[in-house]
Amino acid sequence: MTAFPQPFSSIAAPLMRDNVDTDTIIPSREMRSTGRDGLADGLFAPWRYVEADAREENPEFVLNQPPYRDAKLLLTGANFGCGSSREHAVWALAEWGIRTIIAESFAPIFRNNCVRNFILPITLRRPLVEDLAGAEVAIDLCDQTISCARTSYPFEIDAEAKQMLLHGLDAINLTLKQSDAIHDWLAADRPSRPWVYLEHTQ
Amino acid sequence: MAQTLFDKIWNQHTVAVSDGGSALITIDRVFLHERTGAAALKRMAEMGRAVLDPARVFAVMDHIVDTRIGRGDDTLMPGGSGFITETRAACREAGIRLFDVNDRDQGIVHIISGEQGIVLPGLTLVAPDSHTCTQGAFGALAWGIGSSEAEHAMVTSTLRLERPKTMRVRFEGELSFGVTAKDMILTLIAQHGAGGGAGHVVEFAGEAVKALDMEARMTLCNMATEFSAMTGIIAPDAKTFEYVSGRPLAPADFDDPAWAELVSDAGASFDREITIDASQIAPMVSWGTSPEQAIAIDGKVPGGPARAHEYMDLPAGQTLEGIALDAAFIGSCTNSRISDLRRAASILHGQHIAPSIKKALVVPGSLAVKRQAETEGLDKVFEAAGFEWRMSGCSLCFYAGGEGFPEGSRTISSTNRNFEGRQGPGIRTHIASPETVAASAIAGAIADPRAYAKEKA
Ligand code: SF4
Repeated sequence: MTAFPQPFSSIAAPLMRDNVDTDTIIPSREMRSTGRDGLADGLFAPWRYVEADAREENPEFVLNQPPYRDAKLLLTGANFGCGSSREHAVWALAEWGIRTIIAESFAPIFRNNCVRNFILPITLRRPLVEDLAGAEVAIDLCDQTISCARTSYPFEIDAEAKQMLLHGLDAINLTLKQSDAIHDWLAADRPSRPWVYLEHTQ
Repeated sequence: MAQTLFDKIWNQHTVAVSDGGSALITIDRVFLHERTGAAALKRMAEMGRAVLDPARVFAVMDHIVDTRIGRGDDTLMPGGSGFITETRAACREAGIRLFDVNDRDQGIVHIISGEQGIVLPGLTLVAPDSHTCTQGAFGALAWGIGSSEAEHAMVTSTLRLERPKTMRVRFEGELSFGVTAKDMILTLIAQHGAGGGAGHVVEFAGEAVKALDMEARMTLCNMATEFSAMTGIIAPDAKTFEYVSGRPLAPADFDDPAWAELVSDAGASFDREITIDASQIAPMVSWGTSPEQAIAIDGKVPGGPARAHEYMDLPAGQTLEGIALDAAFIGSCTNSRISDLRRAASILHGQHIAPSIKKALVVPGSLAVKRQAETEGLDKVFEAAGFEWRMSGCSLCFYAGGEGFPEGSRTISSTNRNFEGRQGPGIRTHIASPETVAASAIAGAIADPRAYAKEKA
């Protein structure tokens, strides 16, 4: 796993639509194996290709346009990543090279999936998001600032997500450090809620 | 201090709160399916990690399996059998109970969880599936997560979370004739937006919610994710305990006073409250490509995003009723339980779908639902009406690349998502209640179920 790159800068590719869902980010038919790889080709397939089977590119789609082909930063509208919980949507974006998404808002499962995969999800008011379209944008995660030639804004991120992103931390390893507390909790809970603890039925 | 139902479950499950404010919450049940679960199990194995308590983790084959009668591991979806065989092997390896393709208890994850007594009031349950919120109908805190979080939950029996905000949505008054839980949730989303519940756990309450049976409560909670809520929850009551008791994995009795505590205390405060007059709700149908783009059946398409009008090929001002359809689908974790099938069948009884309907499917939510429906003769009613009767699974709730609707179809569907391409490339989906689907299939066009149900009365 790779931590969020610092320093970070990229041209900001505008995909200013609301309610972009994970079926559109990676359609189910593009998820061809149980692995996490080989998904970038199907990223935004319904919009990126005029004809998905022939992979004929749609020149109007933002990521097909020359300045944005290598963009690592996506700008978008409200409720980005709604719909299916498939983490494949984030894996596809990551494999394509997207490392930051600045949106008016995110669907909650998608947002968590981003942090787990070291993609930085930033929420900003719509006019500020729109203002960044096409700009070369630098992001300082330590200081929580977004800047381009014209302007600079602060952004919010919760402390734990920030640490995970900055240091590429593995959430399971972090939690395993609290194993004793978890086992104590389970031992105390078992007698009061015996129905929770099932016998093995396989 | 007065607490909400959510507060009680959350506090009880809290192991520790970190300096940053997030909580480590214990997870009582994890449920996987072959679409996203195999990825989580595979990754765990690669990392050399094991499931902490395999007896509390379950898996099912529902998303990719065919629903053809006589199905096996082969799928119409290209490559689908790989998901099935890999999931089976991974479950065996991890030591977790799998409801396999033709297990007699197989079905859609959120339906069999209740049938088996896997979800129970007061539990925490997660699944790498956004519609896990369905199971909040039991008074459990149940929500959808990604694959990485599913690994975390299996390996540690916990998840680390920011505490969500609370919202109460009360539906007061009585539903009118022909109006269902599906219409209630579509009304909420249409009025308050597909992002309206973001950051919140939504407790559904009020007279009209109490009046719903367990199956309808599941329909209501099912679409909390379409409202962008972390999940929905309904306080368990006598109906809940009656539904749960006797299920294979449920406790023998519910006399423990702890069960009665699973309600929001009088005076508990919510971060946000919404009240909706249930008597004003009409059968709802979506016109656009987000569940928030839904209107009463006798309404006219309002002005919305250009892209939605274009994709759906419906201009603003168009009357919804009477729009010609090509296909009809009854199924999904939203509306494929026995009561849904009974209501749809009562409209279809003695009727036939219009000749313009090129494909009409009924896909029971579980094999148990299928057996029950067959005992009641509902399969015969559907078949006589021109519907195909299938094995249980997710089926054409989403398009996986195998079976699809005829190209360019406009469908009416009892599912939960009308996104662009959700049911296939270029397919235009209108979501509605099962009775609206049944009435519309007969008419060959979007039709008001009340007219059809009345004819029968
Ligand atoms: S029926 Fe549809 S919404 Fe429900 S779990 Fe299956 S694919 Fe998801």
